[in-house]
Amino acid sequence: MRVPLEWLGDYVDTSVVDDPHTLAAELAGIGLEEEDFLGPTITGPLVVARVAEMAKEEHSNGKTISWCQVDTGESEPRGIVCGAHNFAVDDLVVAALPGAVLPGEFAISARTTYGHVSDGMICSAKELGLGEDHTGIIVLGEWGLDGTPGDDAMELLGLDRVTLDVNVTPDRGYQLSMRGIAREFAMLKGQQYDDPAKLEVNEPTCDGFPVVLEDSAPIHGVPGCSRFTALTVRGVDPSARTPFWMQRRLLEAGMRPISLTVDITNYVMLELGQPLHAYDLDLLGERIVVRRAQRGETITTLDEVKRTLDQEDLLITDEVAGRSRLIGLAGVMGGAELEVSSETRNVLIEAAHFDQISIARTSRRHRLSTEASRRFERGVDPALGPAAARRAADLLVELGGGALDEATTVVGEEPPPRVIDLPVTMAAEKVGVDYSTAEVVALLEAVGASAAEQGESVSVTVPTWRSDLTDPIDLVEEIARAGGYDRIPSAVPQAPGGRGLTRAQRARRRISNLLTALGCTEVLTYPFTSDKRSDALLIPAEDPRRRNVRLANPMADDNPLMRTHLLATLVDAVSRNLGRGFKDVAVFEAGLVTQPEEDRPRRGLRFDPGYHPTEDELGTILGAVPPQPYHFAGVISGHAELPGVWGEGRPADTADAIDIVHRIAEANGIAVDVRAARHAPFHPGRCAEFVLGDGSVLGHAGELHPKALENLGLPGRTVAFEIDLDALLRQEDQREWAGALSTFPVSRQDVALVVDEHVPAAALAAALREGAGAELEALEVFDVYTGDQVPEGKKSVAFRLTFRAADRTLTADEASARRESATAVAAERFGAAVRS
Amino acid sequence: MTAHPDPRDESSVAAAVDAALAAFETAATLDELKTARIDHTGDRSPLALANRAIGSLDKSEKAGAGKLVGQARGRIKKAHDTRQAALEEQREAEVLVAEAVDVTLPTGRRPIGARHPLQLLQEQVADHFIGHGWEVAEGPEVEAEWLNFDSLNFGPDHPARQMQDTFFVDPAEASLLLRTHTSPVQSRSLLERGVPLYVVCPGKTFRTDELDATHTPVFHQVEGIAIDRGLTMAHLKGTLDEFARAMFGPESRTRLRPSFFPFTEPSAEMDFWFPNKVGGAGWIEWGGCGMVHPNVLRAAGIDPDVYQGFAFGMGIERTLMLREGINDMHDMVEGDLRFSARFGVNA
Repeated sequence: MRVPLEWLGDYVDTSVVDDPHTLAAELAGIGLEEEDFLGPTITGPLVVARVAEMAKEEHSNGKTISWCQVDTGESEPRGIVCGAHNFAVDDLVVAALPGAVLPGEFAISARTTYGHVSDGMICSAKELGLGEDHTGIIVLGEWGLDGTPGDDAMELLGLDRVTLDVNVTPDRGYQLSMRGIAREFAMLKGQQYDDPAKLEVNEPTCDGFPVVLEDSAPIHGVPGCSRFTALTVRGVDPSARTPFWMQRRLLEAGMRPISLTVDITNYVMLELGQPLHAYDLDLLGERIVVRRAQRGETITTLDEVKRTLDQEDLLITDEVAGRSRLIGLAGVMGGAELEVSSETRNVLIEAAHFDQISIARTSRRHRLSTEASRRFERGVDPALGPAAARRAADLLVELGGGALDEATTVVGEEPPPRVIDLPVTMAAEKVGVDYSTAEVVALLEAVGASAAEQGESVSVTVPTWRSDLTDPIDLVEEIARAGGYDRIPSAVPQAPGGRGLTRAQRARRRISNLLTALGCTEVLTYPFTSDKRSDALLIPAEDPRRRNVRLANPMADDNPLMRTHLLATLVDAVSRNLGRGFKDVAVFEAGLVTQPEEDRPRRGLRFDPGYHPTEDELGTILGAVPPQPYHFAGVISGHAELPGVWGEGRPADTADAIDIVHRIAEANGIAVDVRAARHAPFHPGRCAEFVLGDGSVLGHAGELHPKALENLGLPGRTVAFEIDLDALLRQEDQREWAGALSTFPVSRQDVALVVDEHVPAAALAAALREGAGAELEALEVFDVYTGDQVPEGKKSVAFRLTFRAADRTLTADEASARRESATAVAAERFGAAVRS
Repeated sequence: MTAHPDPRDESSVAAAVDAALAAFETAATLDELKTARIDHTGDRSPLALANRAIGSLDKSEKAGAGKLVGQARGRIKKAHDTRQAALEEQREAEVLVAEAVDVTLPTGRRPIGARHPLQLLQEQVADHFIGHGWEVAEGPEVEAEWLNFDSLNFGPDHPARQMQDTFFVDPAEASLLLRTHTSPVQSRSLLERGVPLYVVCPGKTFRTDELDATHTPVFHQVEGIAIDRGLTMAHLKGTLDEFARAMFGPESRTRLRPSFFPFTEPSAEMDFWFPNKVGGAGWIEWGGCGMVHPNVLRAAGIDPDVYQGFAFGMGIERTLMLREGINDMHDMVEGDLRFSARFGVNA
């Protein structure tokens, strides 16, 4: 809402404002945040000048200019060249003199043109930022202005004024008017406020223009139009111009002057907050009917757009020869047909009250937001119609020379006043400021309510323009606001004492920090993906990771799905960094993935605000939300150990990715088993699957499939991992502590086992561990060999077994015996032969 | 060597001692010292021979000669050991000099990782509130519309429910969306934990804004809600003041301005005083807050006549941008290694 301060002075004493910037800050303090500060855009000298002499000169370029001598109140006239021809000798014009700077950093200086030294410029409206008119220069007489040469034209034209543009929150429709802003100003400054809407209004007569309010489909049971006022002004002079003062205020408020009738309706809307519409009475049919649209109806609105209507759209229609004609999209925009024109002499002024929700829906449906719809959506004072219509009619009579008809239409009732009982202490209890009862009453009266103390409560009659005040808590906000939020003290509440971070939260930090210490950089990618990406990653058709949540309105049509795994989007961060010149990229991401259990989402539930759902209903609501486990994933492309002065470095390989997952499990005290797996997007021969104690899969690690890497444009041998943290946290911490640490010496036994080359080392190790007994402290693989020394199709795996007893030093014989019982299990299970 | 000092002759024994001491003193290396030691203390050294000669002396002379030679040999040994220690020390020092390396050479054999500063900041926020006895709550990103809107007192016609702001899940009957704020965690926490409740919820949120210098469709917020008996806006203000100091330094504080949000009443915008603002200290918009609307409590089955409290929310991106002087959102969302590297593990 643009608030021209000069205009505001009509209603309140603005002389108390020393600095408009300070006022802007003060208004922000009561909820009117500053959007813009529109100050003067011209620096002087800009003066009133009288054209003393004028000579037309035709020039070789075909242009005719006027060489003028103008009286600027100085001792000698100034010579100014002017290209416009809409003025004559003796006219008062506006001259910008050398040194002036006009909007757009247009600096005026004396300059030679068309053979003369032009000592300034005679200005058009556009050059001064006073509208779009650039067809001629300003002739003050035509604008109804007068002055003496040398007068400051800045002041005369209102170019020295300030307009504050303030943001009005969606609950406060009343602030979209000078009436509402002036009330806030009066409250802020403690001034007396006289409501400009307190006008003499016309009582309805039986011969008023016939208006019928119909509503076959009220939204939420609220009629689309609750009240309709219509006044008629006859005999308006179609040539009457909008006076400069009104044009200037409209411009300051951000509206373009159009014609006297339209300007008056806009002016009254800005002043009082009631959108008005003016019809050419002579074009209007027999009666006006406000009704909902019928299927398939269309209307061409004033912006010359033909719109197909919805059955919820509220319409203004009239009847011509018994046929319904659409003349306006109620509360949003009029139709093109009955627009007032330069011929219009008889005007019907409409001031109606429309339902907020109905107008909001229509405005959104047709993507048509207008000054009127913005106000109706936020709530217009339902009592305002007759006063606003009368105000417009009075202005039309005053400025256009017509006469107001006695015949008056007012259909529909003003709603009864809303009364709220406010417990006396409620404001203090919510806000933390000790308001006295007298203060509560005074603050509520400052916002326009009437309040009376009644025992333990204050009976508050809510003003008609405050449809947002429905509950005691709403009144508390008004008391806090009127009293000033800066009065609220600062007190730290004493929480009862929490339990710290949860196990999951601690695990996330632990793992993120671990991965960082391992050389990975954390990134956050957008969770949006596509079937195409699943294709590129070679995810099979039946894989549950293909079951994505789909967005109805994605940012990009080629990324409409929510990721089911992190690698789907993490690979983009790898590509981006490689594209930016990095050769070695190690990144990880931690976050939620969305894994719906069903192909189609279940039906959800919605309720009205304030409703507490039953257990069953809550179950349905929460059950419709798809599971979203917390994952970690990482990708390493390039070196795991970097090249440098120390040597060539080492490219990352499958083991690096697997090792990371092992370290994560170790850090969390969880045991994992590893097995080979075929799992996209990994290389089928280089993919480890991690299995948890309860049999669930923690995740996968390994080299990415060469084909997937090719599809993604990533370098060969890029490795990756992805794990489900939630699965990890479902495990018990398996670390145990069996008594004191033995300090007896260890006995180490090495053994090399020859087995079929497909036997996994982990399985062989498990067999050895099983056979070795409780005194086996550690088991390491220290060599794997294939080649001439072992038969074709076999491999030799060398293990070191470390034994330690709790109570004695093991003898060499005892250690050998344990080694032999270990190898016996391996021999039995895998046919392992001891390589000598 | 047959000539050796007479063990009875004090001056000739002293001469042998002097010769030994001189030889030790001139030995420049441990090897030279070893040679000198063999020459002057070995089996065939003058004093060893003199010692041996004592045996053939007259009985009355033996004691005096023994004492004389013994003392002489003692002096020689002591001189040797002293020299030995000095030369060893000298050799060790030389080895250390010879082993010196260029410590300014690069050392980064393993890549250096870094956390994302948005994550670190969320952890810092969590730690601040944990320190005040609050807990950290969480919720899903694909959320029920009831939790994101209805339970928070957004009527069915609230503009935020329109497609232009909110990502909706297909089909519409599912009533699912990508949460537009972390506020559904308010309702989840009230439902799951009940009251009294003091929780913060940092997390990811979504709105249909195109990525540009100041907007991103995926961003982070931190939400706080405290519900107890007798909590007022003063407690809200106190909580925010403390939080502002934790985020922006001890001189920071907050200012409340009236505003409108469906889920709070009274509602406020909060500004914080930013001592390090570019161009001079000043107020900067930080987020929204207010007293939790009774309908939010009712929807969660909490009696608003008994319990009341406050909620607040602010953008993590904005907080980080202001604090660190980051001026382009692209840097925060693109995952460029250089961006996180600047923060290490400490944002």
